[in-house]
Amino acid sequence: MNILEYMKEHIVYLDGGMGTLLQAQGLQPGEYPETWNLTRPEVITEIHRAYFDAGSNVVNTNTFGANILKFPLDELDNIVRAAMENARAAREKSAGQHEKFIALDIGPTGKLLKPYGDFDFEEAASVFAETVKLGVKYGADLIFIETMNDSYETKAAVLAAKENSDLPVFVSNAYGEDGKLMTGANPAAMTALLEGLGADAIGVNCSLGPKELAGVVEEYLKYSSLPVIMKPNAGLPKVVDGQTVYDVLPEEFSEDVAGLMKKGVRIAGGCCGTTPEYIRALVEKSAKIPPVPVEKKEFVCVSSYTHMVEFGDSPILIGERINPTGKKRFKQALQENDIGYILTEGINQQDKGVHILDVNVGLPDIQESEMLENVVCELQAVIDLPLQIDTSDTVAMERALRRYNGKAMVNSVNGKEESMRAVFPLVKKYGGLVVALTLDEEGIPETAEGRVKIAEKILKTAESYGIDRKNLIFDTLAMTVSAEPHAAKVTLQALREIRFQLGCRTSLGVSNVSFGLPNRDSINNTFFALALENGLSAAIMNPYSVDMMRTYFAYRTLHGLDENCADYIRFSASYTPTQAAEQKPAAAVSADEYKSALQKAIAKGLGGKAGEITVQLLKTVPPLEIINGEIIPALDTVGRGFEEKRVYLPQLLMSAEAAKSAFEEIKAFIARSETEPAAGKCGFVIATVKGDIHDIGKNIVKLLLENYGFAVTDLGRDVSPEEIVETVQRLHAPLAGLSALMTTTVPAMEETIKQLRLGAPWCRVVVGGAVLTQEYADRIGADKYARDAMETVRYAEEVNQGLEK
Amino acid sequence: MTADMVHVRTYNIPEYDIREILRYAGCGKAEVEELPLLQECLAELDGKLSFKVCWRYFPIRRLEHGLDLTFAETDSAALGRNLADCDGIIVFAATIGLGIDRLIAKYGRISPSKSFLFQAVGAERIESLCECFCAEIQKQAAEQGRFIKPRFSPGYGDLPLEMQESIFRVLDCPRKIGLSLNRSLLMSPSKSVTALIGITEKNTERSLGKCDRCENEGCAFRG
Repeated sequence: MNILEYMKEHIVYLDGGMGTLLQAQGLQPGEYPETWNLTRPEVITEIHRAYFDAGSNVVNTNTFGANILKFPLDELDNIVRAAMENARAAREKSAGQHEKFIALDIGPTGKLLKPYGDFDFEEAASVFAETVKLGVKYGADLIFIETMNDSYETKAAVLAAKENSDLPVFVSNAYGEDGKLMTGANPAAMTALLEGLGADAIGVNCSLGPKELAGVVEEYLKYSSLPVIMKPNAGLPKVVDGQTVYDVLPEEFSEDVAGLMKKGVRIAGGCCGTTPEYIRALVEKSAKIPPVPVEKKEFVCVSSYTHMVEFGDSPILIGERINPTGKKRFKQALQENDIGYILTEGINQQDKGVHILDVNVGLPDIQESEMLENVVCELQAVIDLPLQIDTSDTVAMERALRRYNGKAMVNSVNGKEESMRAVFPLVKKYGGLVVALTLDEEGIPETAEGRVKIAEKILKTAESYGIDRKNLIFDTLAMTVSAEPHAAKVTLQALREIRFQLGCRTSLGVSNVSFGLPNRDSINNTFFALALENGLSAAIMNPYSVDMMRTYFAYRTLHGLDENCADYIRFSASYTPTQAAEQKPAAAVSADEYKSALQKAIAKGLGGKAGEITVQLLKTVPPLEIINGEIIPALDTVGRGFEEKRVYLPQLLMSAEAAKSAFEEIKAFIARSETEPAAGKCGFVIATVKGDIHDIGKNIVKLLLENYGFAVTDLGRDVSPEEIVETVQRLHAPLAGLSALMTTTVPAMEETIKQLRLGAPWCRVVVGGAVLTQEYADRIGADKYARDAMETVRYAEEVNQGLEK
Repeated sequence: MTADMVHVRTYNIPEYDIREILRYAGCGKAEVEELPLLQECLAELDGKLSFKVCWRYFPIRRLEHGLDLTFAETDSAALGRNLADCDGIIVFAATIGLGIDRLIAKYGRISPSKSFLFQAVGAERIESLCECFCAEIQKQAAEQGRFIKPRFSPGYGDLPLEMQESIFRVLDCPRKIGLSLNRSLLMSPSKSVTALIGITEKNTERSLGKCDRCENEGCAFRG
């Protein structure tokens, strides 16, 4: 019988600890337990047999750390083969009459994925893939991914299992005392992610004892439509008389786990410190508990690497600002690969209170698939909001979905056969909540009935792909009322029927409705309120619009969704116009001892102020004059202060950022007025060298160089010599800056310089970083050692002047 | 050998030492008015750190050339000096978690000054955690009439960074405290420390401040 068949009707008993038992048999500190499959097969077989005899339906092979990072492939092959043989031998020897399965055990690699570690997502997936293939080759009944404390690594492992086998996949994660994974996910977020990826059972193991894990398990039971796994430790370890013992004994352990079986746990065993005795006690204690049916949950949701966002009664706001349509400055940022600008748009929208960020980076002259994947990775590194992948390019969609650390919102599919054929397989594979537009080959129906009919067709087709209706959300398309007077009414009627007749959730991009009309905000805002009342669950909107936000908060208050009207009151307080205006004098900057107000704002590091003053100046003063007459002199003054040790680094940086705010306004002005930007200084390629993931110093240098007008190309951190050389060649950059923080990565710097000398002999190389000294720099052949960021700027100015001559 | 296991603990550590943070931020010994920006950073950091340590005791033995640390052998002369008279060591790994790395990265692109201050705060926090842990080990040793040596990390003096691999093997850091080792032998989360603490029966002076004990006299951060 297949395990999936078996678990429909039965509680499944897992095994208990392996490591603790091996230590008792003499496993040395630091010795790999997996090698015992080959060197001490009788010990491993005996442990498996004891678990089967105790009543385990599933034993996990002794392959927790069996992967190609730890063992060469041929040795890994031997280990997995032996591990499977040991488990099979145990199954044959065991006297028990119950069903017995063998799970290929897969633990975490112990590496942290990028961007916070140095392990690439695809590399992780391919490491797991090797182990999975061997498990399949040697006859595993299922794959058991366990003890994962990072959602991203978990995703890589599940994808590897799905892509390289047809076996059932169980996934269990290790939670901390705070009820979260080490990298931040809570149980609801993991449930959303893992259901989307098609796991067959999900839950928790390790870390804590059964009582401490109960809260996390109950969260799983609340959200999961899949059978829930519980495999806790035998409490906490301590050393007594030279022996490691755990403080929860079999009686208490089995009592606690059986208690959670009554609440719905369907798959249970033990982790560290548990022995066959614990499993026997658990089997006995729970013998009379009827399995609680696994109920399908109807949460319409998406998730990030930390939390789930549910589409319920309270409206969901989806920030629309990461989108180049109609935004010249944003287009420019995309063309210049200015990720910082895009991140700032994301962070600002989060500060305004949106729940999800729409991400659209489609432009005719950039490669969208690469850009979308990159922007998604950058955003999820620093913002914990779920993302909506917004593209019509299905290659880009797949790349972004694959790398997304959670269950994404997917924008969009529609009623066209071609669209559904392209999008649904991706949603099936990677999970996701997909926005379905009610249009098809015939276009957008003019009637509400027509749109509802398309919605029904989409639901049916999705079902044929195995996509549940809770993973669809419908957009009935807001059309322009100035072109078609009844457009809004039809949209609202279709919305109402889909929400209340079909029982599905809905979403709209509201701002289309007002196209071509004056004072668009009032139309949008009223339409938004009407749509909410007609069953709108989510809006793609501009969170900088105070009107829209006011409607959102007012709606929640009027519908009793805002306890004590607290959110509304807080919102109103922050948007009282008079208050904002009156604050000005306090922070006002007058010229006094400085040459001008802008120079003072920069010297004092007041970013907002510097931006405001620049906006005013731009009305009368040409951009170039502001730069050369105000910003650069102010920076020079601060920079000199820093060199003379009167100004400290944090102050220098604040000034640099204030200058950047001023530049940002100038850039926006130039983009708007379509004047040619003034010719800048020469190109400068900057990177932290291979193997090094520190970039604070590099970012500081970059900021200052940009302030001084250099065209900086930032390759990031952990950059290979080849990539640096290729970029310098392509841009014919006269300057390259390399940063390294560790002695261990200085050789990578030396190698990079060597390759630059061969491939780009014209390029001057400036180096810096904590471990570097003049002596070091000379030894590795750099042109210049810069002690700090200002020194790099001075050197770059020198080189630039030489070029101009 | 005395059987021991890997211990794991989450600590509560003292409040921020603002002077120390400013020192890490390159403000030297000078009096700087407290930066409002720093207060902003500290407010944003609230609740985003966790202070975890895992450790294990090992007996050690002198070899003809170097030391047998039970889990590894080394011929480092500097470590040999540090562990003179010691018969055992505590090997530990400490981390303040990934939260600080996220903030450093978040502001790296949009506000390097905040990013820089977060990194200074992180440095102060991990040092404070290590001091807290060492004080506890010192207390435990004192109860047995023993003394501890200043902590010694891979990369100090001639103790190679490769020692990290052995430490990670025996402490199971990824599983115990969510700490992982990169190919370049740096750690993630970045604000983390691994070190050895010698334990001895001889009363050794440990009154010097940590900078005074250090041989790097040209260091920019020397307090």
